[in-house]
Amino acid sequence: MKWLSDDKLNYLRTVVANPDFSSTKYTFIKELGRGGMGTVYLAQDRELNRLVAIKVLNTPEITEDLRNRMVREAQIIARLEHPGIVPVHDAGTLPDGRVFYAMKYVRGSRLDEYAAENDSIRDRLRKFQAVCDAVAFAHAHGVIHRDLKPQNIMIGSFGEVLVLDWGVAKLTGKPYTDFTNESVQSVDGFNTNAGTVIGTRDYMSPEQARGEIDQLDERADVYSLGAVLHFLLKDQPKLSKAAQAICLKARADEKENRYSTASELSADIGRLLDAEPVSAYRESAIEKASRWVSKNRFLVLLVLAYVLMRVFLVFTSQP
Amino acid sequence: MSKPLIGLILGAVLGVIDGLTAWFTPDARSELGSIVVGSTIKGIIAGIAIGFFAKKFHSLPIGILFGVAIGAVLAYLTALMVGKYYFQIILPGTLVGLIVGFATQKYGNTPAAANS
Repeated sequence: MKWLSDDKLNYLRTVVANPDFSSTKYTFIKELGRGGMGTVYLAQDRELNRLVAIKVLNTPEITEDLRNRMVREAQIIARLEHPGIVPVHDAGTLPDGRVFYAMKYVRGSRLDEYAAENDSIRDRLRKFQAVCDAVAFAHAHGVIHRDLKPQNIMIGSFGEVLVLDWGVAKLTGKPYTDFTNESVQSVDGFNTNAGTVIGTRDYMSPEQARGEIDQLDERADVYSLGAVLHFLLKDQPKLSKAAQAICLKARADEKENRYSTASELSADIGRLLDAEPVSAYRESAIEKASRWVSKNRFLVLLVLAYVLMRVFLVFTSQP
Repeated sequence: MSKPLIGLILGAVLGVIDGLTAWFTPDARSELGSIVVGSTIKGIIAGIAIGFFAKKFHSLPIGILFGVAIGAVLAYLTALMVGKYYFQIILPGTLVGLIVGFATQKYGNTPAAANS
């Protein structure tokens, strides 16, 4: 009898631990990340010859509820066809019965990593606005993300912004929702029980932290977006009052005091970027003038130059 | 607001200011009214021309160059009519053209491209 070397033993352990894609068109490459419900792997699509990210349920003991959750998650993302939402390419079942779905493999960095490398407040705000737009799109289609945080937002190599991990998303059954073959009987698409806390502590709204599942609506995501905005702005030494006000309004404890939609928040960010008045902050006349001057700096300089030239001519023309 | 309208308003305002500064020249003080009117008309003509140019051509450097050229030419013609104060008329007129050229390129509605 021949003993196996440690290397061979470790290799066998890895093969056993990793999912068996043999019945699919994918070839396993490596593990990308592990979450509460599933693990995401990098794989090669042999038919289309491209890399994909595949999410597979963690547990080998598959209950009907878990299977439905994964299928539902894949279906939700597949319906949200938006440049800011990672597209699902395929879904299926592994030989061991675990459900998986393949999605676009996003090359780039997470928002927190991106922020660590990019000091520009304008760049960060533009990315944030793209996140708001993607979330607003999901809301318009009756989906609340419920776990928005910098770690779930990817900035691609070409600056594209993608919102990931819709694993705990909730269906609201809004009119725009195109769920023709299913009835959204429960307010929560995944039948999460009341009192269950879902999300990430630093980014979840107070009502979400209290486990008030039935009370959750789009404004819970608006709160999380406010927390993401706060994360992006907290290291900025000179933050305008308007930016602070937007942050505070989005993160208001009472949801009635927040922006009612992610689109409204996005619009205010757009105004902030264009140096226009934002809805979250009422500025004084001096602040208004200062903002106008700052926005039209070159024109003001030209007019000043003109006035100075006029003064110069007046004095030099005196007999 | 359209670009020609911005040009008109800015040209008129700067033209009035331009004319009023003649008050500081004692020789010209008696003709202040006609100087202000003439200067305003000059500003309006320059502003409209530069505004229409900005409506057709969307380029900041070319817009500024056109503004400078129009401002200088109109100011030169004015100076020719006055027969003196060439420097005092041409320099501000050119600068007004520059400001209006910049403003009309930077601000005002750009007409949407028509479908072919």
